[in-house]
Amino acid sequence: MGVLNGLRVLDFSQVWAGPLCASSFGAMGAEVIKIESLKHLDFTRLVRTVSGDPRHMVISTLAKDTDIVNSSSVFNSCNMSKLGIRLNLSRSEAIDIARRLVKMSDVVIEAFRPGVMDRLGLGYPSLKEIKPDIIMTSISGMGSEGPEKGYATYASIFSALGGLAYLTGYRDGRPTEIRATMDQTVAMTAFFATLAALIHRQQTGEGQHIDLSARETITCLVGDAVMDYAMNRRVQTRKGNADDIMAPHGIYPCKGEDTWISIAIANEGEWEALCDVMGNPDWTRAEKFSDSLSRWHNQEDLDRLIGGWTVKYTDYEVMDILQKANIAAVPTFRADELVNDPHLDHRGGWVNVEHPVLGTLREITFPWRLSVAPPEHHSSPLLGEHEEYVYGTLLGMSASEIASLQEREIIY
Amino acid sequence: MSKQALAGLKVLECCSMVAGPYCSKLLADLGADVIKVEEPDGDEARRRGPFLHDIPHPERSGLFLYLNTNKIGLTLDLAQNAGKQIFEQLVRDVDIVVEDKPPGKMQDLGLDYESLKCINPNLIMASITPFGQTGPYKDHKAYYINTFASGGECYLLPGGDEWRRNHDREPIKTGNYAGEVQCSIMAVAGILLAVYYRNASGCGQYVDISKQEALLNLNRVELARYPNQGFLENRMTRMLPVGGLFECSDGYAQIMPLEDHMWYKLVEFMGNPEWASDELFKDRASRTEHGERANALLEVWTKDQKVEDLYHGAQAEGCAVAPICSPEDILKSEQLKVRNFFAELDHPEAGRLSYPFTPYKLSHTPRQAKRPAPLLGEHNQEVYGQRLGFSKDDLIRLREAGVI
Repeated sequence: MGVLNGLRVLDFSQVWAGPLCASSFGAMGAEVIKIESLKHLDFTRLVRTVSGDPRHMVISTLAKDTDIVNSSSVFNSCNMSKLGIRLNLSRSEAIDIARRLVKMSDVVIEAFRPGVMDRLGLGYPSLKEIKPDIIMTSISGMGSEGPEKGYATYASIFSALGGLAYLTGYRDGRPTEIRATMDQTVAMTAFFATLAALIHRQQTGEGQHIDLSARETITCLVGDAVMDYAMNRRVQTRKGNADDIMAPHGIYPCKGEDTWISIAIANEGEWEALCDVMGNPDWTRAEKFSDSLSRWHNQEDLDRLIGGWTVKYTDYEVMDILQKANIAAVPTFRADELVNDPHLDHRGGWVNVEHPVLGTLREITFPWRLSVAPPEHHSSPLLGEHEEYVYGTLLGMSASEIASLQEREIIY
Repeated sequence: MSKQALAGLKVLECCSMVAGPYCSKLLADLGADVIKVEEPDGDEARRRGPFLHDIPHPERSGLFLYLNTNKIGLTLDLAQNAGKQIFEQLVRDVDIVVEDKPPGKMQDLGLDYESLKCINPNLIMASITPFGQTGPYKDHKAYYINTFASGGECYLLPGGDEWRRNHDREPIKTGNYAGEVQCSIMAVAGILLAVYYRNASGCGQYVDISKQEALLNLNRVELARYPNQGFLENRMTRMLPVGGLFECSDGYAQIMPLEDHMWYKLVEFMGNPEWASDELFKDRASRTEHGERANALLEVWTKDQKVEDLYHGAQAEGCAVAPICSPEDILKSEQLKVRNFFAELDHPEAGRLSYPFTPYKLSHTPRQAKRPAPLLGEHNQEVYGQRLGFSKDDLIRLREAGVI
């Protein structure tokens, strides 16, 4: 039993942000129906990589090969805990069916470019006529208005527009491309905004339309830098791992290839504890490290010296040694470490998901540990897996009706 | 004014710095009544820049001002018995408590969920901590860089080309407090799930938010490649075959000609240079193979381009391009102005400023920028005096004892 039991969500979205938002509803107990079509298949079903390496991504052209479309683990990561149907929205009869589904749903999620849903006859004004209290969540790069609406965006595009790319990077380096987590940040913003709309509906019976802008979502992550410009006309730029006050505050090499630990020192007590743990080498008593401001001004030297100590130990060893001394030290965990990490293991940070084609998959647990009803994790739908339930049980179509729709490539 | 989505919802926040305060700001921006409880010496964010005119002042921190709009503010020392009792009185009348103390601290104060539930049986309480309330790392100390390191993405930054230039250097965190704000977004979803459930069932509950798990979720697709495909991603493999970050004559641009049609549009926009008609770049597979070369040739061209011209020009053709926007570019963006993304707020100490506001628009429950961040203890009189009924003399005594 989930906290969103009884809620039905229609997911018209593809690729990352929209699907991940809809998936969160599914994990918390809502019935989520993903609408797909062979006519316009979700990109993540087709992505194949050589041993998972995204640099060698190949997009399959064999869209009709069900072995291909049903065996993408990336699709699974984006679409867990949903039902799936095919519906070819390029056909008017399919639009009528979609509208019948809207009539029995609570939430519609879409991430087409602004205007597409309207052209399909599925814009908010028409959905509202069918279902007055429907909540429709539209996710787009720019939002549905303004001179740049409809611009093409990917994750790295809205992280660039949002300011995060500009502010991330080495002090002496270029801006940094930021990708996957950007979509999820947008997805989760859409998720909580939709939950707020649902709560309003519980209280008043009123639905509404949510118009979310991905680039604005990212700017909210760095609002303090925008405030600095608003207040002081200062253009903040890249600071590497430095903090404005704390030093040391950085990421240091550990024993083993490409293994690192983050360490941050906030006060004199922590600094002294760090010196003790390192065995109080002479350099820690140097004038240039004698107080926090001096340490901040000489942080490059400081970082090099601390790195000379951390590199003698593995990242887990440094974490254990320093945390015992009450010093903030955490490795920059890699996926291979996270999979076996004792803390995540204890908390169930990963779950096993049984996939009918791919077998047992490991996925990150949804993070909402609600004491009444924690999240549930089911595999993503095979293409058209739940048509019997959706078209037959929910819409009351007969087997022959369904067969006819399939034949005419409306259910396609 | 029309009603806001979370109108009537009452929230008590006792958090500092970024993740907890921004979480309750998200609730406040949606219309909840948020009371922020600060220690008598104030939220740590008040001592953090940027400061107005660069002069440190607890009421003029841009960070604090940004994270605490639309709230009212109290001071209260929870470690004193009188402070604890006042907190309990406040809890009686709220729907949600949000806290970010180290695990066990609220219990030591007698203010953990089990205790507060006795006072307010339907209470929703959310704890936001680096590693959650259970498990071997629950007591580990973590500042924002450490939290971000724990979430899996830090190891992967910077990727691609920037890695190639710096392949022997350390990973980096994302800019400013971005990772903490991402935790806030996950936490507020958890709280709203509990509110939705309470409206349906009448039952409150406890929400244990681990920042690490919040961040791992944002990276769920990339992380799962390791157990499911045996592929361990690193900074080198985050290389785009074609496209990425390019230097222009007056800044940087992100260019993403991932799909065939985008590549062709970009080539057209460049004026069909001869090199682009080379067999090497004829289709996606071939471009992937010769991506380094394509990128080098692209950058020869972009170095003579102005970012804004490239942005609007290529986008008009349907190719995904963006300027790498600085904070100044963001504040000056015409698109954001038309969207009314910024809220203008008057603050008695910081003056009138533009604040980044909500990235979503709700058609029937529009956002309202009702008030700027509270001054330290600004609403003590109103809440303790008028709502809880303390007399003027009581308040003086409480102030003298350092309780408020």
